[in-house]
Amino acid sequence: MKPPPFAYHGPATLGEALGVLAEVGPDGKVLAGGQSLIPLLNMRLAAPAHLVDINRVAGLAAVEAGPDGVRVGALARHAAVERSAAAAAAQPLLRQALRLVAHPVIRNRGTVVGSLVHADPAAEMPAVLALLGGSVRLASLRGEREVGAAEFFTGPMESAVRPGELAVSSFFPALPERSGTAFHEVARRHGDYAVGGVAAAVTLDDDFRIAAAKVACVSVGPVPAVVDVTAVCGPRPAASADWDAVAAAVRDGVDPEGDIHATAGYRRHLTGVLAVRALRDAARVASRDGEAA
Amino acid sequence: MTTGLFGEPVRRREDARLVTGRGRYLDDLGAGALAAAFVRSPHAHARILDVDVSAALDVDGLVAVYTWEDLPGRLAEPLPLLIPHPALTHGRTAYPLAREIVRHVGEPVVMVVARDRYLAEDACALIRVDYEILKPVVGVEQAAEGVNLVHDDVPGNLGAHLVQEVPSPSGVSARQAVDTAPHRLEFRLDIERSASMPLEGRGVYARWDADDQSLRVHSSTQTSTSVRMAIAAKLGLPPTKVEVIAPDVGGGFGVKIVHPWPEEVLVPWAARLLNREIKWAEDRREHFVSSAHERGQVQHVRAGFDDDGRLLGLEVTILHDHGAYTPYGIIVPIITSTQLLGPYKVGAYRVEFSSIYTNTVQVTPYRGAGRPQGVFCMERTMDKIAAYLGKDRTEVRAANFIQPGEFPYDQGLTFQDGRPLIYDSGDYPESLRMLKELIGWDDFPAAKAAAAAEGRRLGIGVGCYVEGTGVGPYEGGHVQITSDGRVHVSTGLTSQGQGHETVFAQIAATELGVPLEKVSVVTGDTRRFGYAVGTFASRAAVMSGNAIALACRKVREKALRIASEALEADPRDLEITDGVVHVAGAPSASIPLATVAVLANPLRYAFDEESRRATQFAGTADPDRPPMDEGEEPGLEGRDFYSPVRSTFASGMHAAIVETDPDTAEIRILRYAVVHDCGRLINPMIVEGQIHGGVAQGVGGALYEKMVYDEHGQLLNASFMDFLMPYATEIPRIETAHLETPSPLNPLGIKGAGEAGVIPVSAVVAAAIEDAEGLTVDRMPISPSDLWELRRGG
Ligand SMILES: Cc1cc2nc3c(=O)[nH]c(=O)nc-3n(C[C@H](O)[C@H](O)[C@H](O)COP(=O)(O)OP(=O)(O)OC[C@H]3O[C@@H](n4cnc5c(N)ncnc54)[C@H](O)[C@@H]3O)c2cc1C
Repeated sequence: MKPPPFAYHGPATLGEALGVLAEVGPDGKVLAGGQSLIPLLNMRLAAPAHLVDINRVAGLAAVEAGPDGVRVGALARHAAVERSAAAAAAQPLLRQALRLVAHPVIRNRGTVVGSLVHADPAAEMPAVLALLGGSVRLASLRGEREVGAAEFFTGPMESAVRPGELAVSSFFPALPERSGTAFHEVARRHGDYAVGGVAAAVTLDDDFRIAAAKVACVSVGPVPAVVDVTAVCGPRPAASADWDAVAAAVRDGVDPEGDIHATAGYRRHLTGVLAVRALRDAARVASRDGEAA
Repeated sequence: MTTGLFGEPVRRREDARLVTGRGRYLDDLGAGALAAAFVRSPHAHARILDVDVSAALDVDGLVAVYTWEDLPGRLAEPLPLLIPHPALTHGRTAYPLAREIVRHVGEPVVMVVARDRYLAEDACALIRVDYEILKPVVGVEQAAEGVNLVHDDVPGNLGAHLVQEVPSPSGVSARQAVDTAPHRLEFRLDIERSASMPLEGRGVYARWDADDQSLRVHSSTQTSTSVRMAIAAKLGLPPTKVEVIAPDVGGGFGVKIVHPWPEEVLVPWAARLLNREIKWAEDRREHFVSSAHERGQVQHVRAGFDDDGRLLGLEVTILHDHGAYTPYGIIVPIITSTQLLGPYKVGAYRVEFSSIYTNTVQVTPYRGAGRPQGVFCMERTMDKIAAYLGKDRTEVRAANFIQPGEFPYDQGLTFQDGRPLIYDSGDYPESLRMLKELIGWDDFPAAKAAAAAEGRRLGIGVGCYVEGTGVGPYEGGHVQITSDGRVHVSTGLTSQGQGHETVFAQIAATELGVPLEKVSVVTGDTRRFGYAVGTFASRAAVMSGNAIALACRKVREKALRIASEALEADPRDLEITDGVVHVAGAPSASIPLATVAVLANPLRYAFDEESRRATQFAGTADPDRPPMDEGEEPGLEGRDFYSPVRSTFASGMHAAIVETDPDTAEIRILRYAVVHDCGRLINPMIVEGQIHGGVAQGVGGALYEKMVYDEHGQLLNASFMDFLMPYATEIPRIETAHLETPSPLNPLGIKGAGEAGVIPVSAVVAAAIEDAEGLTVDRMPISPSDLWELRRGG
């Protein structure tokens, strides 16, 4: 459990980082928090010839919250985003989800952007980005591009990042007024990747009826599974929604596989249960949000 | 006994050192040593066709590469079969490095020595081994069919087959007793594999002293004395030229009693050959695939009983998955077969096990060592009888209990030590009464109904066990009081965090009448004590504890003898308090033990103030007597051994309340209660710690841990990401109560406590889930997914 040999690069500026990445191309790997990459190296499951450690690059750790949403820099640690009151105010789902990511010591090192690039289908942050329709900003020597969540996650542990590119930030949009969010999951042990998990966002209309309802589910397919259940839920108040029908719709919308921790059937069932719990919670928050507004 | 320390909840003396990072574990030693790494088989069953090391030779820092062909003499032979047994007709052990055939993923094939571990692993990655893949044998039932063989010369993959039968007092066989009983049940039980999984893996560090022609080996082992004998034998060295030391060991739980591991002979061998220090520290992946597992069994049960739930006959047939090799013999299935009986009197009993080879990691004892499986079997049986008769589950158990007046109770079987299974003492009805009170058994139905009204599902379960502890053959203790008044205790068995530094010191301080701070304890160092068996089978306190007490009594007697002359008093009038010998009732007539230690060693040469008093011109010694009387030895020290006729039997009962989620099928343990009886308690706090750790491992076995092999013999979850050991967050608060029925078998009246906590947990949790769900749970561990599938009739 020692990594294979690699050349180490520790660029101090974004320009330097992009220069090295351009040079090493497909032989290079970015090292951010290292909470996923280092185990892969130690188990010799990854053997990049070059490791580009971005931890010294200035200006990448920002967490900027505004009325439109939250922009999270590549070096913003899970813990920093989780603790940011401004981020929580602009997009509460970030904190709700981050509390479910691993354990505090891992959140102290791991980065939100790294989690998105790593694109584990069981991870929370990709689901959050997918649910909110956020995006990731990718930079290379040739310039920057902003890739939407729907195009960003291309498969299990696969993202749209190309050789030579660095993900410099990600953007999590805010939701309209009278919206609420929630994240519910079941993990085998506290802090583990979830066996099933659902992020939900609900927006109510002026009469407190469900105007939009959407979930993003983890661990039920190669990428986060987004299911829009607005049609099944609304336009009705949460209290009179047909939650069994909602659960059924979500179960129809996902395609889980069985593994050593759970059967496909259980994951599908569980996702339905968690979707209803998350949506009802989100609707409750949305109606409080509506009353406050 | 002047200080009363025995029995007090003294804080563990080792903890300050261990929790502040000052422990010295194997990998903390030998900073400059070369590193060893191993190329291990990626296949479950294959023939080695060729090993090509040429690419590895370019690695800068490579020192040596070895395969089986390189091994000389006895090192080229299979590793020892440590515990032979007549029923183990086809015992097989591995070679230190594979010879021709590999029989499980992880078997070592090539040993690499390099400047550091990184380079050694780089070299390993460049070594090409060509294999011809053979048919893998996976799954104990499939293996038992014997279509494909793990060992060519072991038909049916059957390593051992053993039947033990105890007819009823009136001579009725178990078969007949079951067949003619008023009621009968037949069922099948499955227990998955788990593993000891100490946080520190195995490891060996060896230094060869070419001038002295001697070897010093540190090993993360549960038995340094026996590792020493094995190394000496394998390398052809006199034992006097081999020292083995167990440094701080980060957990053993059974896996480190197996010895010598391939690495334990290969690393010292290479260190001597190369005349270089070499170290190997096992990594986690290696631990998963190349150490040992346990637990996996399939049991078929037939039970016959009467209207009160009394077991009239019990027939159990066990398929025991032994993995690829049997270095530790058939201890595990023997323990399952015998300890299955628990605190109960069974009319007639027949147990039969088949120990089956599979192309998986070998099976050797893991804390509990076969007992959790046996207890699972018996306690499931009790619950099924209660369900069948519509009786309270504790009533059925009570109806079968051995009564307090019936000890010593002979179960009529042969135990793991080859001795009759005779229980020495216990009080099972009292234990059950205490447990019911602790958990609130009688009030539970009301709580359950109230929860049900809120849509919550609660269930309660109970389980009982008896644990044979403190098996022989012996342990020894050496106690020396030096002229500074300090007491140095050593024993040969090893410590893996149990708190021996504390409890052995308590025993010595109590026996000698000295303050605890004056006592230091060394374990597992062959330089200090050469004779020992090892730490396993909950035996350290019973075996070394009693040996140390006996050694202390010798020292005390000698101290009083010497002091009586100095004080001109009758030794029978003397007492020792706070390290000072004095005449009872006359504290002024006294002499410190430090001075007695000086007097105990007549000297010619003085090297300090104290020793001057023992030189030949200083004393008032009788000129007509030799300075040392006949039969005396210099020094205030003593050594003694304790060897029991047979094991002593601890017992306990656990109960749990669980909640299951009606929607997600999550399982949560709300309360966990333990009543524990290990005879006289040396230190209740340490016993509780042992229980807590055991229960935690039991919860792991009940709800989380299993080794998932696919049909190719690949272990699919060989990492802590997928092999789910519970965290502290998964362990409930554990409520404990102690019952003390002293053992009549040893001077201190104690019984072992090390393994107890883990033993009944799977049975208890299964029972509680059953109670919550109204379903049958016959297979452990159980996950939310498993429970959900069960609900659907899966
Ligand atoms: C015990 C444990 C439990 C965990 N549990 C969870 C959990 O429950 N949920 C969860 O979501 N995660 C979990 N994680 C993963 C954790 O959240 C990781 O930190 C995260 O997935 C990756 O972030 P990182 O900064 O550590 O990335 P790294 O490990 O440094 O990198 C991961 C990958 O992303 C690439 N990468 C990283 N940053 C960039 C960038 N800016 N541009 C381009 N490529 C980049 C790397 O090259 C690498 O391929 C767990 C980790 C551990 C060790």
